[in-house]
Parts: sequence; structure tokens; C-alpha cells
Amino acid sequence: MSEPTAPPVDVIHDIGYRHYEGERLGHGYAVRSLFTQTLRGSFGLGRSIKSKILPMGMLALICLPAGIIVAVAVYTKMSKLPVEYSHYLDSMQFVIALFVASQAPVAVSRDLRFMTLPLYFSRPLTSRDYVRAKFGAMFCSVLILTALPVLIMWIGTLLAQMSFGYNLRHVAYGLVAAALYALLYSAIGVAIASLTPRRGFGVAAIIAVMLISLAVSGIIYAVLDNSGHIGVAPWANMISPARLVDSTVTWLFGLASITSSDAGDMVPSTFGGWVFLAEIALVPAAAYGLMVRRYRKI
Amino acid sequence: MRCDPGHRYGRPVSVIITDNLTKRFPRVTALDRLTVDVQPGVVGLVGANGAGKSTLIKILLGLAPATEGSARVLGLDVATEGGAIRERVGYMPEHDCLPPDVSATEFVVHMARMSGLPASAARERTADTLRHVGLYEERYRPIGGYSTGMKQRVKLAQALVHDPQLVLLDEPTNGLDPVGRDEMLALIRRIHSDFGISVLVTSHLLGELERTCEHVVVIDGGKLLRSSSTADFTKATAMLAVEVTDRRSDPEFDADAALYERLTTAGLTVTTDGTRVLVVEIKGDETYDLIRDAVADLGVGLVRMEQRRHHISEVFSDDQPAAEEESAHV
Repeated sequence: MSEPTAPPVDVIHDIGYRHYEGERLGHGYAVRSLFTQTLRGSFGLGRSIKSKILPMGMLALICLPAGIIVAVAVYTKMSKLPVEYSHYLDSMQFVIALFVASQAPVAVSRDLRFMTLPLYFSRPLTSRDYVRAKFGAMFCSVLILTALPVLIMWIGTLLAQMSFGYNLRHVAYGLVAAALYALLYSAIGVAIASLTPRRGFGVAAIIAVMLISLAVSGIIYAVLDNSGHIGVAPWANMISPARLVDSTVTWLFGLASITSSDAGDMVPSTFGGWVFLAEIALVPAAAYGLMVRRYRKI
Repeated sequence: MRCDPGHRYGRPVSVIITDNLTKRFPRVTALDRLTVDVQPGVVGLVGANGAGKSTLIKILLGLAPATEGSARVLGLDVATEGGAIRERVGYMPEHDCLPPDVSATEFVVHMARMSGLPASAARERTADTLRHVGLYEERYRPIGGYSTGMKQRVKLAQALVHDPQLVLLDEPTNGLDPVGRDEMLALIRRIHSDFGISVLVTSHLLGELERTCEHVVVIDGGKLLRSSSTADFTKATAMLAVEVTDRRSDPEFDADAALYERLTTAGLTVTTDGTRVLVVEIKGDETYDLIRDAVADLGVGLVRMEQRRHHISEVFSDDQPAAEEESAHV
């Protein structure tokens, strides 16, 4: 306090190189960080404003009809939601497909295209860790997309004071469906995206697979149904991921199907139902195995 | 200032030891019974493209298994302790590896976290490291707009951000202009002298490594050609190159001949190489004094008096003295 005359001058001191003595959180932390970064990135968080528009738009798009349904149900004092939770996701499948097509390439093709992978793999992180983090992050981001509207609808039933027990059971079925959609869509999306360093190709390929499989599935179903093979027609459902999840969940929980009141209509038979379930388990496993192989060589 | 990596954890150790390291691919032998012992410091790895440099780096990082033989990095076995090695080592690849749409700060912070640094430490270390490699305000701009030199600095920063004990730099001067090259080489020297981090740097330019490294390993076709200190390579041959001017007042006077005579009478061995440069063998410190006095007595101007050294490139061509440093492609 003895030298009030000289005003403080801001100086940049070169303090030289300092070694890092703090903690190193290691391998598990690195995987978690990569997971978080990818998950945030798939909604555009931590990226430019421009890259937030599409994923956030998709999230709004899938939640908006759910909100409207809830508003109508509350206003008209319905005793039951007009649509089953899992069927809501089925009718919104194009939004899920668009989200995966736009975001799965963001998660994996950039590192391939800009050849950043050697930087990851020269760190404690292994290629298996990388696949695990990317796969998990994509699953979680699609799960947020599919589970959020289901939860909005359920909260609506609470507000409208609908039957609590019934809706609790059915929201659980809806969440199972949400998880299965997330699993299938993210697995297929990430596996396709990891095949190409070009983001555009990835987007196009995912969209194509999702749309074409749906179309093919619908055509085969219609042909079999019209030619009198009603019994085998539901096998066509296993071609499209969305049809697969919807029919399996409908069969598994004995839900009312959209097309008919007969739940058995969606899967060919009980045996068929188990085949469908097995497919839901095997497709992501195969996609995961493909990814591990894909990244081992880098 | 100088602190060798080994000292941080007790005894000084060899940074890299390989023993009969062999890597065979189905159609080519990339490394052929390579045995080297690399001490802390700046070590150069020279070889033509395809000599096995990148294969060696991959094995040292524990990313590819050796066909035969063994290697240890910082005392850790590459075959079984790859994870521990990669925690302690930084790697700068030869190729482009930077996403253009993020800033240097964002990118290096992310890479620091991938090395296990907590978020706050990652940010702090990133700011420090980018400053040390010479990136200031531009570090907040997307990397896509950077010059090659700036990109090389970002690549170097991501290799240093977790404060490794050893960095492996693969062709860090690739694509740089002469000024950028010199700056990068100066930076590499500082990594060891100021930061206390050992460096293994590869290049196909011998001249660069001569200026930068304390020790050079030369490999060719996967085989060890030579491994010795740069002092050995470019052993000062105890020669002085001396060049003087003529007398302005007396153009007839042959200054070179006069100086030649003065120095030979004084008992020095002097040769000329056809130009005006006299090459004088150094007998001791008094040689410098003799030349100074002779030049002063003759009243001529001294243009140059410098030590002559051999160049590393002479390793490859014994009879041909290195003409041009930069043309010393192997």
C-alpha cells in the first residue's frame, strides 16, 4: 500500500514449460469422455448453431404430435389415449430414420475422413473402446429421441387422470419399444456410416436402407396377403427394422395392432415371434462385430 | 533446465531399446533384426520412404505386433504393456489428421481428455501447450483456415498436451517452407532442452537431423545402417576455412598466396580447394591466434573463419563430400 503511484501494468510472464503432475484418469475416463462428446454432438451440442438445427428439429418433430395428442386427450377428457405408445413410434419411424441418417455419419465418418483415428489409437484408448463408445453414444441419442415422446404421452395420461395402472404397464411396453428402435436403428446406422469416410454417402446409404426395406417389406406383405397366403404374410415384417420392432412388441405384450384387433396378425406365429426377437438381438450384434473388424485394421 | 525423462521416475533409462526386432508382411520385410538403444535426448531416425520408419513407430506404440524380437519403450514391453506406453508417449503422425471445422483449442482439449486428463486440466494444458508451440489468437479459429505450419503446430501440440515422457514425431517438417522448417526444428530442440521430453524424430532429410539431433539412427530396407551420435557423424575434422580480401591499395598483391606462405612457415598444414578458401588444420587454440595475427600483419580483410565439419550424408557416399545439405535425400 506504500506505492500508490504506479498503476498496475498487465504483463504476460513466460513461466516456461510446466510438467503435468495432476491426475490421469486413464482408459475408462477416456471412453466415457468420447461417449459423452459423441452423444452431445449428435444433438449438435458443442457444435455450431447450424449443426443443432437438424437434430433438434427432429426431436421437436417427434415430440410435437405427442404433445398434441396429450392436449386433445386432456381437453376432451378421454379415458384412454387414442394411440398405443409403441404404435406412436411406428408412425414416427421416418423421423427416427432421418435422425439416424443425419447423425450416425457425424459420429463416425469425420474421424475416418480427417484421419483422426491414429491420434485416438496412439492413446490408451483401443479400437474396441472406440467402437464401444460410438455405438453406445448413438444408441443413447436415438433412445432419447424415441423415449421422450413416450414419456410426454405418459405424463399426459397422468394430467388427464387416466387409469394409472393401465398406463404404467403400457408406458413400460412403449419404453421397451423405444429401446428396441434405438438399438436397431443406431446399430444399422453406425455400421453403415463407418463404411464410408464421406458423410453424404453415409446419409444417403442409411436413408436408402431404411426406406427401401420398408417399401420391400410392405410390397411383399401385400402380395402374400392378396394371393391368399395370409398366414405367411407377416414374415415380410422382418425385412424392415420399424415393422420388425412394432410387430414384435405388439405380439410380445399382446397389444392391439393398428390394422386389426388380432395381435397375432403382426407375427406369423409364436415361433415367428421368437424368430423376430432373435433377429432384433442378432442384427445389432452383427453390426457391432462388423464395426470391431472394421476398426481393428486402422 | 535439462531433465531427462528417466530422471522423473528415478534412474535414467534407455528411452527405446529394440532387440532383433523384425516385422515381416506377407510380401515384404519391413524391419530386419533391428537392434538399437536410444538414450534420452533428441534422436533422429533417418531412412528413405519405405525404409521401415512408420512400421517401427507402430510397433513402438504397441499397435502392431513384431514378428520376431522385442522392444521396450521407457522400460515397458511393447508386446504386453502397450496401454501403459501410450499413456506416456505422444505421437505426431506424418499425414493430415485434423478436422477442419473445429478450433485448435477444442481439438487439443478433446485429445487431452482422450489421454485421461480431467476436463479442467485438459483446458489448462491445452492453453499452455498451444502457447509453447507458438499458436496464439488463431487457436480459437477453425483449423481449416490454418497454414501448413500452423497445422503442424497443432499436430505437435496434441502430441505434447498430456505431458508425455517421449514424443514420436513422424516427418514433422514435411510440407514446410525453409523458414517453417527451421522454426519446427528449433521447436523440436526445445521439446527436449526446455520441456525435458525425449524426442524421436523421423525424416528423410539428413541435413535437418544433423542440425537437430544428438543421435541419429539410419535405417535402410528395415536394416540398421548406422546408429551413433551426431558428434561422431559430423566429427569436427579440426579444419578451419579461411577467406581473406585483397588489399584495396595494392591490387597486384596476392593475399591468398601471402597468407598461405605465412601459415605454412608457422608450421600449419594448409590446403586450397580451388576457390579462394584456405583450409587450415587446427593444431590447438593458438591456431586461431596465428591466423588472426597473420591477417592483421598482411593488412587484408578477413571474410570468413569457420569450422569445417563433415556432413551426415557422407555416411552414404564416402568419397563425395556433401555438396548441398538440402539435397541430401537418401
